[in-house]
Amino acid sequence: MHIPDGFLSVPVSILFWVVSIIVIGYALRRVSRELDERKVPLLAVLAAVIFAGQMLNFTVTGGTSGHLLGATLAAALLGPWAAMVVMTSVVSIQALLFQDGGILVLGANLFNMAIVGVLVGYGAYQLLLRAFGNRRWALPVSGFVAAWLSIVIAALMCALQLAASGTSPANVSVPAMGGIHALIGIGEGLITAGALVFVLAARPDLVAPAAKATAGQKALWIGGVALAMVLAVLSPLASAYPDGLEWVAEQQGFLEAAREPLYNIIPDYVFPGIANEAVATIVAGVLGALVVAAAAYLVAQGVRHRAMQQ
Amino acid sequence: MPDILDPYRPRASLVHGADPRVKVVVAVASILVTAALPLGAWPSYVLLLAAILALAVAARLGVGFTLTRGLIAAPFALAALPLVFSTPGAPLGSLRLGPLALDASVPGLERFLSVLVKSYLSVQFAILLTATTRFTELLAAMRALRVPRLLVAVFGLMWRYMFLFVHEVNRLRIARDARSADIGPKSGGTLAWRARVTGGMVGNLFVRGYERSERVYQAMLARGYDGEVRTLPTGRLSASQYGILAGSMAILAFLAVLGILFG
Repeated sequence: MHIPDGFLSVPVSILFWVVSIIVIGYALRRVSRELDERKVPLLAVLAAVIFAGQMLNFTVTGGTSGHLLGATLAAALLGPWAAMVVMTSVVSIQALLFQDGGILVLGANLFNMAIVGVLVGYGAYQLLLRAFGNRRWALPVSGFVAAWLSIVIAALMCALQLAASGTSPANVSVPAMGGIHALIGIGEGLITAGALVFVLAARPDLVAPAAKATAGQKALWIGGVALAMVLAVLSPLASAYPDGLEWVAEQQGFLEAAREPLYNIIPDYVFPGIANEAVATIVAGVLGALVVAAAAYLVAQGVRHRAMQQ
Repeated sequence: MPDILDPYRPRASLVHGADPRVKVVVAVASILVTAALPLGAWPSYVLLLAAILALAVAARLGVGFTLTRGLIAAPFALAALPLVFSTPGAPLGSLRLGPLALDASVPGLERFLSVLVKSYLSVQFAILLTATTRFTELLAAMRALRVPRLLVAVFGLMWRYMFLFVHEVNRLRIARDARSADIGPKSGGTLAWRARVTGGMVGNLFVRGYERSERVYQAMLARGYDGEVRTLPTGRLSASQYGILAGSMAILAFLAVLGILFG
């Protein structure tokens, strides 16, 4: 998912640099306010751990292997802001020193892996932990789902950036990136769950603080889940209607003429009875998001109800 | 102590000796110009490659060094491959995959190759920078270029412990391999079992890191750490460094104009 230089257009690269600088700047301020001066060694050593941990892999089948990105694990153990700084360090060092990801596109890579990856992973993890309550399996299951989701959503964001740059048509890049990372995400999820179980057994005090969130963090995990939903709606839309992104690309002078998509891998998300297909796609996406949110809310209510009865 | 992972290649050369701030600015500007060049601006691409080779020779890295290391981003080319088929233009050939018929076009191929070449050139600028600049110099340059102090401090300390944990990971892997008979792709139980073992290793690494960071913090306190990471002040740029900066920028501006006008 580390985009190299040359694959994103200059305007897209600069846009994501600006967004990433603002968000990471805020994260740095929050971290220096919330953690004491111990922050530097803690963040640095854990960034080194995530960097090295990404080298641990396991065979999935044949020649493919799963390994870790670590955004969800960091968010679950350190909280969102510290995790963002840790992931920023990991992704930046990979780009600066090992050419794993480009320098001009570093802003976009930071946005995908350090911001979207952390926020979505943190949001989903907190939401599921609350929904499942104090069950023994709540921690690994929440970790698995959150890690899977953070990988897939970050990959969709990456596909949208490639499409907006005119490097890869949306109707190919979105389903391809989403599909590949739906598989890669399983590896991420399994490792994250395994790591959380290990930390819970070895140092339960490190897992516990993540469970209690303050008011500001509540807004944040809801924001993380909302971000995941927006991107989940946006990407099939962009995929079914690449024209929107192509218009952006055309404005940048990369596309000489309008072109027909050759084939659609993703079937159109069309809602029956609505003439305008774009509106129909959004309606279908929003309805899907609402159904998921309602289901999560009901499960959480049910769990709380039962907990109160006991 | 230099580590095998350290991309820095110590040499006595003019490029190594140049001010790190100048090198960072020129490297970023070069990558920016490369990205801004229009698709199919082949003469400009060749000139950029010539500049890279000249720098590699001047830095005494050898011609082959950057050329081969530049291939690091090649697998990502797959992401741009659909361009060959999705761009309209003079037909090049047709690829039949069952019911799908993909028509490759000449402009599509040109766009695809342009993306590839631009990516390859950008990577080489980054390699040149890291091969000729020590990491501590890069940190000082970042600080001079107004990267937040906390972030630079984390980068610096991360660099120090990164190699340690990479070697720790290698020891963990050796221990895992020593305990599991490797009899093929499915060795070591089910997929979930393998993943849980790896998860346990990551968790183990995390706990070790957490505890080490506490010891590191105690050691820093004992040496007078007060929450402020101090770095040596970087001096003003000398006139010759300004000269290098201006000269490089002029060359880049010329290449950019050439590429945009005649690309």
